[in-house]
Amino acid sequence: MATLKKDKSHEMGLHDEQLKGRTQQRFFSVDESENLTYFHSFDVDTSKSGTIDALEMTPREINGEIRALMEKGIGDIRVDNPMSRHGVGVGILNRLNLTFSDSLGYFGCGLIDGPNVHIKGRVGWSCAENMMAGTVVIDKNAGSTFGAAIRGGDLVCKGSVGARTGIDQKGGTIIVGGKTGAFSGFMMQRGRMIICGDAGMSLGDSMYDGTIYVGGEVEDLGVDCVPGEMTELDVRYITSKLDLYDMKAPKGVEKMQKYVSGKQLWNYDNLEPSEKKLVL
Amino acid sequence: MCGIVGIIHKQAGKGANIGEQMTSMLQALKHRGPDSTGYAMYGEDTGNQIMRFKVAEAAELEGSYDIHAAIEGRLALIDSRLAELGVKVVKKESPTEYAHRYEIEFSGDIKKMADFIEDIESVEILSIGNSLELVKDLGDAAVVSKQYGLNSFNGTHGIGHTRMATESDVDIRSAHPYWAYPFSDVAVVHNGQLTNYFTNRRALERKGHRFSSDCDSELIAVYIADRMNQGDDLETAMKGSIEYLDGVFTYLVATKDELGMAKDVMAAKPMVVYEGDDMIALASEEVAIRKLFDHQIDTFDPYHGEVRVWQH
Repeated sequence: MATLKKDKSHEMGLHDEQLKGRTQQRFFSVDESENLTYFHSFDVDTSKSGTIDALEMTPREINGEIRALMEKGIGDIRVDNPMSRHGVGVGILNRLNLTFSDSLGYFGCGLIDGPNVHIKGRVGWSCAENMMAGTVVIDKNAGSTFGAAIRGGDLVCKGSVGARTGIDQKGGTIIVGGKTGAFSGFMMQRGRMIICGDAGMSLGDSMYDGTIYVGGEVEDLGVDCVPGEMTELDVRYITSKLDLYDMKAPKGVEKMQKYVSGKQLWNYDNLEPSEKKLVL
Repeated sequence: MCGIVGIIHKQAGKGANIGEQMTSMLQALKHRGPDSTGYAMYGEDTGNQIMRFKVAEAAELEGSYDIHAAIEGRLALIDSRLAELGVKVVKKESPTEYAHRYEIEFSGDIKKMADFIEDIESVEILSIGNSLELVKDLGDAAVVSKQYGLNSFNGTHGIGHTRMATESDVDIRSAHPYWAYPFSDVAVVHNGQLTNYFTNRRALERKGHRFSSDCDSELIAVYIADRMNQGDDLETAMKGSIEYLDGVFTYLVATKDELGMAKDVMAAKPMVVYEGDDMIALASEEVAIRKLFDHQIDTFDPYHGEVRVWQH
């Protein structure tokens, strides 16, 4: 475990008040190998399998059981009968093959960094929120705020998804086999979204950056979302991603439309408002 | 937050135990609001009108010395006014001291009768209909279902609500569902907040409509009643509501033969739909629908501004 250095933050000039009591503040040290992994992450063997029957379990118990199996080094876990429960499969911070035999409810697989998750059903709102890395593949439909604020990895829904897909997306790739609801890509900041079907109203509203590809019709574009030019690199990228998950663009990848930020709202410079006025 | 559910059996006739089904669905949504629970369920048409009403709030029974005598007085007055209107009471039931169910023979003007009865102090008609049974009270679904004996209720369809009070008091008056006074057999449940409630309420009141509570959700019931009064069918009235109502909402409406769902243009409030050959089930969360099935089902989220109506 990393050494707790109480005065380090003072030395760095982060603050000058005296901290009292316990602190969670920890600092990276190249000398300590534990720093390279998360706390509560496990070294698992994906050739070892385990099964959980979640029929009579609460979400807390299901998550606890997944963790208990990971502690034993089991790296291939199947959860039967999750019965659309909320908040299941969250906070997994290591490589793991995790399969849910059925649907999940809200906030499934949130805050994960590394696992490969397969959900053989649908998911409710906010699936894979704040995902950092890994893959989450959903066989059926998904609810709203799908992939909210994800930072990395591949989030794949083979059916259709609800409103505000990829809201606040900061990285990674969201792939939707069907259509998306209103305000998809709202306040998107980075990453890519591939929508094979239609997109609802206000696509990419207030997006700062990132790229959205749409295979079907777009109801209308949001503020500061503009069509972009498809390149050979885009086609190769989309094709490789869809092939990876055995998906197809109904009208062909070449006919997909690309959307990017118009950058009228883009304001990442360091100028003070008064200085910006002078520049503009 | 609030949770709403709906269920409609397309081919089950009158045999489906929707009381038990809705209780299990509503209980699964208890975390969305434990303040009160309500049911609007549609059973067999007996040929008579069923009038559900309350003569006091549940909280009034505690801390009021003369409430029991007052309740008796109000019930006597109701009976005399019904007799005055020529209404024959076929059957009386009293699940609680303050909530009552009368089965009546009446073919006259429902609005006139309702206004006459509600003119009595603290009396509120919860519903009137040939097959509508509207029950709402404080507590979760298990409590209300047991209190009113709903678990053995057979019917074709119903809507329900579990409430987290945000806009008005925790009382029966503000609980859902709302009857679309004065329309027989029409009820509404809502999840969300309506931001043009006061403006529209004043306009509807000027047209002669009555509001029994200060809950914004009642606006939907009154609006639907207003549109149907002007000749709209349920689906047309609901489509009009998408523009008329401002705010975030998902709501369900039930009539004698139909169940409708509407979602606002921002799609800000959840709804999950299961459409099977024999049954359609809707809920704020799939976890409620799964209480009806022990196997995986296909469900979907309706999109922004979407209105759907199903018939049994």
